[in-house]
Amino acid sequence: MATVDLKDVKKVYPSGFEAVKGVSIAVPDKELCVLVGPSGCGKSTLLRMIAGLETISSGTVAIDGKIVNLIGPTERDIAMVFQNYALYPHMKVYDNMAYGLRNRGTPKDEIDSRVRATAKILELSALLDRRPRELSGGQRQRVAMGRAIVRNPRVFLFDEPLSNLDAKLRGQMRVEIKNLQRSLGVTSVYVTHDQLEAMTLADILVVMNAGLVEQMGAPLDVYERPASTFVASFIGAPPMNLLALTEGASGAALADGTAIAFAPREARAATLGFRPEDADVTFNAEAPSGALVLPALVEAVEPVGAESFLHCAAGGNRIVVRVAGRATATVGNQLRVVAKAEKLHWFDQAGKRVG
Amino acid sequence: MIGQSPLRTVIAHAVLILGILIVAFPIYYTFVASTQTLQTILRPPLPLLPGDQFWNNYTEALFGGVGRIGGVSVGRLLLNTTVMALGIAVGKIFISILSAYAIVFFRFPLRMTFFWLIFITLMLPVEVRILPTYKVMVDLGMIDTYAGLIIPLIASATATLLFRQFFMTIPGELVEAARVDGAGPWRFFFDILLPLSRTNIAALFVILFIYGWTQYLWPLLVTNSSNMNTIVIALRKMVSFADADTQWHLVMVTAMLAIVPPILVVVLMQRWFVRGLVDSEK
Repeated sequence: MATVDLKDVKKVYPSGFEAVKGVSIAVPDKELCVLVGPSGCGKSTLLRMIAGLETISSGTVAIDGKIVNLIGPTERDIAMVFQNYALYPHMKVYDNMAYGLRNRGTPKDEIDSRVRATAKILELSALLDRRPRELSGGQRQRVAMGRAIVRNPRVFLFDEPLSNLDAKLRGQMRVEIKNLQRSLGVTSVYVTHDQLEAMTLADILVVMNAGLVEQMGAPLDVYERPASTFVASFIGAPPMNLLALTEGASGAALADGTAIAFAPREARAATLGFRPEDADVTFNAEAPSGALVLPALVEAVEPVGAESFLHCAAGGNRIVVRVAGRATATVGNQLRVVAKAEKLHWFDQAGKRVG
Repeated sequence: MIGQSPLRTVIAHAVLILGILIVAFPIYYTFVASTQTLQTILRPPLPLLPGDQFWNNYTEALFGGVGRIGGVSVGRLLLNTTVMALGIAVGKIFISILSAYAIVFFRFPLRMTFFWLIFITLMLPVEVRILPTYKVMVDLGMIDTYAGLIIPLIASATATLLFRQFFMTIPGELVEAARVDGAGPWRFFFDILLPLSRTNIAALFVILFIYGWTQYLWPLLVTNSSNMNTIVIALRKMVSFADADTQWHLVMVTAMLAIVPPILVVVLMQRWFVRGLVDSEK
């Protein structure tokens, strides 16, 4: 039972570098908040400030309504899972999990029952006598999770916990973390640079850029209505196609002068975007009305299996279009990319969404 | 092995055997001499096989008290030297691990100044500062005491630097995990840092024990009473007179006994020693 509230949190390093420039986030009880952004956007710093490992330059961090700015990590009653697991190399799995409880003076038999119960949940029971170096990456990851869970803290903090695992294991652990977090009902803050992890795990998705929150909301809302070109290009794989607009002879046009058949939704729009899956390709010469039609040259085809991605040159830009199944187009084909008008996103000069 | 041809094997063995002979023969010859009577030793050539005086010579040296060094038994000398070598090794490790801990894991004013001060003492070995150190020892009344033998040699910039280098390889995440787990500075030191440093401590212990054991100049200065002599000093004193006066058989026995403890330390701690030098067990 805990909420995490950040109010205008800033971090300025002694060198003058401002890593976090005023972030306010409210994480409701039992929800999982994912901070996502490119490296250097301040997401890890923010997490470490919630943990108490980094001092807060200004603003407040409150756990369960109580401001914890001046309280050390131990007293904040948080547990953290680190990127490199940070298991104690000389301790057995059992002791790794029991260490935090021992430091809190938990009675011995209670420690034992809690460690064993947690080990059972994470399927670590057979490994309790091993040392970290005798474990595989996935097992270490579980121990790191177990060390956090066994403490039964008010808040879980995850610092890119899956980035050292291979892709398959990452997928498994992602589902597992989500299930665990939901069944334990512990409020969590999760930092990642992987937009796929962010989309699938988050109850609240916070996209950060250069020390500021770029957009915050439910993952699918963020996906469907990105607030800026930055979010549009960061969330989604492959990212949204963004085409710069200029003033053509007859209304708006693309960078190379290709006229758009209809007026932008907003006069001040400077960029238009559409997702790869919201476009289609056709070899037909006649253009459907009420849609964006771009003549395009196929430059590369990526067949993934269930879908294929066509990389095309169109209107002076490189765009990606997703087609279901196998692509009929091949490299060198001239075709038309068609995107429905209601699926287009418009952004202004500053990159902010305008419609 | 890269080459497996018989000739290569023979050459490799020949080189190794030659090396062992060069290292081991003088020690063996000392052992042979330590089992002969004084007359045999003084009448060259010395036999190549051990004599029959092993028991007599060794009991006399250990329990009889050797006249030339003031009636102090070799046992007493070994005890003195052991106390000094242990004191120096343990003291150096204790002080340097704590200094390195402070320098690496804490942020305090003048931290780097202190680090450089420690670093600079590398340029000030005992020999350089021997007169002022001696004066201090006299003023403190520490002549002929174990403290006087040990304390001036106990600060170690080298060991501090070694521990510092090792501590700096400990990932920051581990420190943070311990903080989140509720380990304060002392808990972290004892529960995590010390166990992780075991192999380094063991390797350093071996090196420093031998360093302490073979100290010559400082014990020579700071001990007047024969009772406080170390075995190295005593050996030197035993041979300081005319050849005929020197009880060579007892000198040889003492020399043999003097190398036993360092050998024991190396052999017993070899596994740790090698591991400490080779990897840091991550």
